[in-house]
Amino acid sequence: MSDTLLVSTRKGLFTVRRGAKGWAVDRASFLGDNVTLAMADPRDGAWYAALDHGHFGVKLHRSGDQGATWEEIAVPVYPEPPEGHEEKDWMGRAIPWKLIRVWALEPGGADQPGRLWCGTLPGGLFWSEDRGASWTLVRSLWDDPRRQQWSGGGADFAGLHSICVDPKDSRRVTIAVSTGGVWQTADLGASWTLVGQGLRAEYMPPEQAHDPLQQDVHRLVQCPAAPEAFWLQHHNGVFRSTDGAATFEEITTVPPAVFGFAVAVHPKDPRTAWFVPAQKDEKRIPVEGKVVVARTRDGAKTFEVLRAGLPQDHAYDLTLRHALAIDGTGDRLAFGSTTGSLWVTEDGGDRWQTVSEHLPPVYAVRFA
Amino acid sequence: MPRVVFTANLQRHVACPPSEGEGATVREVLGSVFARTPRLEGYVVDEHGALRPHMAVFVDGVAVSDRARLSDAVGPGSEVFVMQALSGG
Repeated sequence: MSDTLLVSTRKGLFTVRRGAKGWAVDRASFLGDNVTLAMADPRDGAWYAALDHGHFGVKLHRSGDQGATWEEIAVPVYPEPPEGHEEKDWMGRAIPWKLIRVWALEPGGADQPGRLWCGTLPGGLFWSEDRGASWTLVRSLWDDPRRQQWSGGGADFAGLHSICVDPKDSRRVTIAVSTGGVWQTADLGASWTLVGQGLRAEYMPPEQAHDPLQQDVHRLVQCPAAPEAFWLQHHNGVFRSTDGAATFEEITTVPPAVFGFAVAVHPKDPRTAWFVPAQKDEKRIPVEGKVVVARTRDGAKTFEVLRAGLPQDHAYDLTLRHALAIDGTGDRLAFGSTTGSLWVTEDGGDRWQTVSEHLPPVYAVRFA
Repeated sequence: MPRVVFTANLQRHVACPPSEGEGATVREVLGSVFARTPRLEGYVVDEHGALRPHMAVFVDGVAVSDRARLSDAVGPGSEVFVMQALSGG
């Protein structure tokens, strides 16, 4: 059970802890700076934070003392494109070979000390073997000609936002791209397979709607206890896989809407998952101004709408893809919003407590 | 030797007091400063050595024209200012 949350926001990283008086902000790090993501490595206790300084670029920092002090480490860098090489997305924009944003940061397996995976905009996947002292671009994926068909969902260029390291076989890694579908390696990134049959892109012409390459995945999560089970929040719906992401089944019954960014799966029960729905893609606000969480406990046969403790009157909080977190027990979840709210539950979502309604816009929430 | 001054906003992240650089182009002069403070480089230029989009470099009050290769000439008595363009909220 975790008593600590890392809350990455537009204006700093906030450590939130459960103390004698409940959950509260315990420390602010990088105050004033744009922290896009943070991660606590369960293998060695190190914390990582990704910053986007705008003018001064993207930086990574690591802390060995739970955020008391931070050390700047290396960022993933893209190589020079080959001489004369030019690639453009379908809009005709030149795809830059430059780091725009760190959008995913995950530890490797328990048997791979020091290994980290990092997903970025404009789509490159990187790994480190030395806790972020140096990074290597996964060329097998970047050089796949289909990668040039990836494109920006909400951002200008494609973003790799989800990295799932199989807890039973750390050489097997599944990643998801907005937009670019779901890809899987079984050999630590030497080769990749485009998976995700069954995903459906409503926004594409009908003949391309089921092309796995054209899927705008918002978030992909894998059940730690049952790695064959994946849940996926997509631009136009929710999908579930029970065969290791090879195929997905569309779930059309998520109340009150199938649109959203975030999804969490129970660490021990692959049938239990949570979503934070918003109205629809062109109206990214809670349905009827009521913040709710949708939960299924039976593999999407039925859903409950959880609202106890959440604002139900003119609340326009939007939860982004990395801003819903679950701890190792599956009892504690937390989510933050673009309007600076943060809520925690200790009973799987039956009741929620407000930690703050005045944080900067929340980009990512993670248990440490 | 040319003098190099960095925007005060950068000082918050990396200590970079005014200093003297060596070389006849902006790339050479900044490179000599980066050699002394390696962490500074990534804050001013991207991974390919081009000036970051919202950064600006002035040589004796004139904005450099070659933002990709920083080939603009720098005289022995020049002042090189590394500034930021304002953006964001």
